[in-house]
Amino acid sequence: MTTPMLQIDDLHVHYGAIHALHGVSLAVGQGQIVTLIGCNGAGKSTTLRTVSGLLRPTAGRVLFEGKPIHGRPPHEIVRLGIAQSPEGRGIFANLTVDENLAMGSFARRDRAEAARDRERALDLFPRVRERLKQNAGTLSGGEQQMLAMARALMARPRLLLLDEPSLGLAPQIVQTIFKIIREINAAGTTILLVEQNAHKALEVAHRAYVLEVGRIAMEGDARDLARSDAVRKAYLGVA
Amino acid sequence: MDGVAVGSLYALIALGYTMVYGILQFINFAHGDVFVLGAWVSFAAAGAVGLSVGDQTAVPAWLVWLLGAVSAGALAAALYEFVLRPRLGAGRPPATRLTWPLAGVSVVGWGTLLLLVATRGVVAGGSHTIAGGMILVLAMSTCGLVGFCLERLAYKPLRSAPRLNVLITAIGVSLLLQNLGQLEWMFGTRPDRMPTLVPDTVLFRIGHVPVRLVDVMVVATALVLMVLLDWLVFRTKMGRAMRAVSFSPTNAALMGVDVDKVISFTFVLGSVLAAAAGFLYGQKYPGLNQTAAAGWVLLGLKAFVAAVIGGIGNIRGAMLGGLLIGLLEFFAVQYVPEGASLRDIFVFGALILVLLVRPSGVLGKAVTEKV
Amino acid sequence: MTLPTPTARREAPNPLMERAAALRGSGGMAAVRGVAPVLVALAVGLLLHFAIAPQLPEFYPRVILDIGINVILAVSLTMVNGFTGQFSMGHAAFMAVGAYTAATLVYYGSARLMGTADFASARAHAGVLSTMLQGREAAFFTLGDGIFIVALLAGGIAAAVCGYLVGLPSLRLRGDYLAIVTLGFGEIVRVIIQSQTTDTLYDVEVIKATPWPKLMRYMGGPVGFTGLPSYTSLFWVWSLTVVTLVVAFRLKVSTFGRAFLSIREDEIAAEAMGVRTTTYKVRAFVIAAFFAGIAGGLYAHTIGIQLNAGELAFMKSFDIIIMVVLGGMGSISGAAIAAGILTVLPEALRRPPPVDLPWFLLVMAAAWVAALLLIRRPKWWLIAVTALGAAYAWWQQPTLASPLMFWTVAGSGVLILLFAGRRVPGLIGLAIAVTCYIGVRSAAERAGIKLSDYRMVLYALALILMMILRPQGFFGVRELWTAWRVQPLHPRRSRAEGGESGTAGRVPTA
Repeated sequence: MTTPMLQIDDLHVHYGAIHALHGVSLAVGQGQIVTLIGCNGAGKSTTLRTVSGLLRPTAGRVLFEGKPIHGRPPHEIVRLGIAQSPEGRGIFANLTVDENLAMGSFARRDRAEAARDRERALDLFPRVRERLKQNAGTLSGGEQQMLAMARALMARPRLLLLDEPSLGLAPQIVQTIFKIIREINAAGTTILLVEQNAHKALEVAHRAYVLEVGRIAMEGDARDLARSDAVRKAYLGVA
Repeated sequence: MDGVAVGSLYALIALGYTMVYGILQFINFAHGDVFVLGAWVSFAAAGAVGLSVGDQTAVPAWLVWLLGAVSAGALAAALYEFVLRPRLGAGRPPATRLTWPLAGVSVVGWGTLLLLVATRGVVAGGSHTIAGGMILVLAMSTCGLVGFCLERLAYKPLRSAPRLNVLITAIGVSLLLQNLGQLEWMFGTRPDRMPTLVPDTVLFRIGHVPVRLVDVMVVATALVLMVLLDWLVFRTKMGRAMRAVSFSPTNAALMGVDVDKVISFTFVLGSVLAAAAGFLYGQKYPGLNQTAAAGWVLLGLKAFVAAVIGGIGNIRGAMLGGLLIGLLEFFAVQYVPEGASLRDIFVFGALILVLLVRPSGVLGKAVTEKV
Repeated sequence: MTLPTPTARREAPNPLMERAAALRGSGGMAAVRGVAPVLVALAVGLLLHFAIAPQLPEFYPRVILDIGINVILAVSLTMVNGFTGQFSMGHAAFMAVGAYTAATLVYYGSARLMGTADFASARAHAGVLSTMLQGREAAFFTLGDGIFIVALLAGGIAAAVCGYLVGLPSLRLRGDYLAIVTLGFGEIVRVIIQSQTTDTLYDVEVIKATPWPKLMRYMGGPVGFTGLPSYTSLFWVWSLTVVTLVVAFRLKVSTFGRAFLSIREDEIAAEAMGVRTTTYKVRAFVIAAFFAGIAGGLYAHTIGIQLNAGELAFMKSFDIIIMVVLGGMGSISGAAIAAGILTVLPEALRRPPPVDLPWFLLVMAAAWVAALLLIRRPKWWLIAVTALGAAYAWWQQPTLASPLMFWTVAGSGVLILLFAGRRVPGLIGLAIAVTCYIGVRSAAERAGIKLSDYRMVLYALALILMMILRPQGFFGVRELWTAWRVQPLHPRRSRAEGGESGTAGRVPTA
C-alpha cells in the first residue's frame, strides 16, 4: 500500500492527569471516507482535535502524507491542507454567513481560486446562499451545519475532518448532510468522519474504526463492520 | 467643546479596553498606564527633538543598547533558523517563534529612532505642526512596541490560567509601568509641561462656546483614528480574524488563524490608540503629572467605564461610551452646583445605572450564560 | 478522623442525625466552643500588647499592627471572593465607610461627651489597652475606650448596611459586571467623602452647638480627617483579628458556609440544590463588609495615619484582592499569611536587610537541598532548621526582636508556604528568586544604585512572576494544615488548557 494520506501511530493524549487516548493507530487512505465511531467519551473528538493541532499528544505520531505534523500549531496544519468542521458546528455567530465563509479561506492566498471555491460550496449548499448577508447566529441548526461544512470546504482541504455532523439535527437534514458528504468525497476530498450515528456513518464510509475508551477496539471495511455482531449489538441497536 | 474633545480621548482609550476584553475576556488594567506612557513618551520625544521649553532630554543610551541587544538576538535567531538548523538536521527545535517577534521589534525600534532623527531635522527647519504629527507617530510606535512586549511576556504565559490571575497580573503590570516611569532615568517624579505645538487660537464659536484649534485637532485626529479602526475591524481580513477569535479562539484556530498573532495585534492596536490619546491629552492639558499620580489612574478608570457603558467588547460602543462620558462630565461641571467635585459621581453613577438597566451596555447584546 | 462518642440525650433514629449530634456535642461543650475563641482572642491581644510589643524595637509593633488590620481585610474579602466566588473590587469602600463612621463618632462624640478641649487626645483619654503611645499613666478602662469600641461597632454596622446595598445588584449581575459595579460603588463612596467640606471642627463649643447631621459634613473632605485620637492598639487589632479568623473558619465549615462554597463551584447547580443563591450572596457581602468596616475603624485611629478617602480608593481594594488571590481563593489561612507577607514585603524592600547574611543563605540552601530530597515526607526537618536558625539568632543577640530572628522566621515561613504546595518547581523558583535578589542587591550596591528606589518595581515584578509561576496561590483552596497532604491533580484546569479560553474557570482549582 502507498503512503496513506493520514496516518496516526500509537497516539497518547492526556487531559491533565486523565489519559484520554491510549495508543490509537489508524490510517486514512487517499480518496476514502473513513469513519471513527464510538460512544460518548471514547476519544473520537480528542483524536480529531489532536490531528488539527488543538491538542498536543504526549506520545505517538501523526503523519500527513508521510510528514509528521503533531505538535505543530493549528494554523500551520490548516495551511497544509487539513480542515476541520468542529463538533457543535463552531460557526462564528457574531459574523455574517458570508464572513464565516471568508474565514474558511483565511489561510489561502489565491483569491481568484477561493472565489471559485466559494461558488462551488454555495452550489453544494443552496440554503447557505440564501442567507449570505444574515448574521450566522440566526441560522437554524441544520443551516449552521451546512455552513460549517461549506466553510471547511473553503479551505480547499485535501483532508476534511468532520466531527459529528449529524449532532442534534432532524432525520431529514441528516439525510441531506450525508448525501453531501458523499458528493464532497466524490469530488476528490478525503474525509475522516467522526460519528455517533454509527448506522449512517457505516453506510457512507469505506473503512471504519471503532473507538472504545481511548483504544481502537475494531477496524476494517465499513460494510464488514456493519455486519459484525459486536458492532450491531453495541452501536446499531440490533440484537 | 471640552466635553467632545475629552470624550473622544476617552473613546480612544476605551477602544483598547474593549478590544482586549472582547478577545481575552479580561480587564487590562495596565491599559490606562500605556496611555500615560504615551503622554510621557511624547513629552520625552518633544524634548529630544528640541521642542521642549526647558531642559533638553537626549535619547537615553540604554534604550539604544537595548534595541541593539534585541536586534542581535533577532539576528542570532535568524542565523540559527535559516543557516544552522538545516545543516544540523530537522530534529532541532525551530526558532521561528522567536525570530519574527524579535525581528519585528528591532525593525520598528530602529524605525522609531530614525523617525526621531528625522523629526529633529523638521524642527530645525521650523515646522512645528509637522513635527507634532511625527511625534504622534513616534509615541504610537513606541507604545505599540511596549504593548507587544507586555502581551508576550506577561499575559501570554497566562493564556490558560484563571481569569482572576490574569487580572492580578494586569494590576502588577500597571504598578510596574507606573513605578518604572517614576524612576530618575525615565521620567522622574516631577510633573512636567508638555510643549504645545499648535497656537492657542479660537477658531469660531457655537453659541457662546468657543471652539479652539486644539479641540478641533484633538477631535479630528481621534475621529480619523477611529474611522481607520472601524474600517480595519469590519472591512479587512485581520479584522475578521479578530472578531472570529473574540467569538471562539479554538474555532478561529481551526480556520487557520494564528491566534497568538491576532492577540498580539490587538494589544498593539490598543496601545497605539492609547498612545495617540496620550499625545493629544498632552496637547489639550499640557501639565503632565508624574506617572504614578492618582489622577491618571482615575482617567484610565473613567475610560474603562466608557467602554463598559458602551457595551464591553463592542468597538462602536466604546466610541459612543467615550463621547457620552465626556459630555456627561462636561454638563455636570457646567450645570450642576458643585459639579466639578461631584462629576466622578455622575460618571460612576451612570455606570451603575447602565449596568443595572442594561448589563451588556448601550450597544451590547445580551449574553446569557449557558448552563 | 474518629468521631467522638455520641452524647446526645435522645437516641437519634438515623445515623446522619447521630453524626450531626455527635459533632454538635453537649450543651457544656457548646458553651466551651462558644467562649473559647473569645478567650483566645483576648489572650492573643493581651500577649501581643503587653508581652511582645514592648520587647521589639519601635518600628516592629507598627508593622505587626498593620499586618493585623490587613489580615482582617483579606479574610473578610475571602468571604466574598473566596467563598462565594463573587468578584468584589470595592472592598476598600467598606473600609472607608467604617473608618469615617467610626472617626466621626469618636471625634465629635468625644467632644460632646467629654466637653474638654483635649477631647481628641489619646494621651489624655485612652485606657491601658488602647493606643500604642508609650510611657503614660492610664486607667484600665476610660470613656475614650468606650466611645472607641462603640464607634468601631457602629462603623462595622454602617459598612454592613452598605454591603447590603451593594449586594442587591448581585441579584442581577454576574462575574465581571458585578466586579465593575462594586468598583463603581467604591469610587462613588470615595467621591462623596471627598466632596464634603474640607474643614474639621476643632472648638468644643462649636461642635456642641452644631447638630449631628451637620457635623457629618465636617470630615475633612479631600484634605483628610485630621486630629483623630490614636486609640488603635495591638490589643484591639489582634483580638479582633482572631475573632475575624474564628468567624471565617466557623463559617467555612458550617452549613451556612457550605452554601457559599456551592455558589462558587457552580451557581446553577447550587440553585438547583435549593440554595437561595441571591440571599446567600447578599449575606456574604454583609458579613464581609461588617469586618471590613471594623478594620476601617481600626485603621482610622492608628497612630500616624491621616484618614483620607483618597488612600482608600480602588488601589487599596486591589491590594486586598491581591492578598486573597495570592493566598489561594477561599483559603483563610492563605489569605491571612499573604496579608502578612504583603504587608512586610514593601517595608522589607524599603529597608532591605544587610546583604552579608551568610548564615541566612546557609539556612536557605540547606532547606532547599533537604526539600528536594524529602519532598514526600513530613516536613519536621523544616521546623528543625527554623529552630536552629532561631537558636543561632538568639545566641548572636538574645532578644526576639533582632533582625536576624526576624529574617529567620520570615524565611522559613516563606519556605513552609511554598513547600506546602504540591509542586517542587515553586520551591526551586523561590530559591532562584532569593539568590537572584541577593545577587542583584550586591551588584547594585557595587554599582552605587539604591535598590530601595526600585522597591515598587520589584514588588510589581514579583507579583507578575508569582501569578505566572504559581497561579493557584500559596495553598489553592486548601488551608495551611491540609495543604501538607499531597492532592491529586484536578482535571478541570487541564481541560481548559486544551480548549476554549472562555471556559477557563474563574476560580483556580486546586
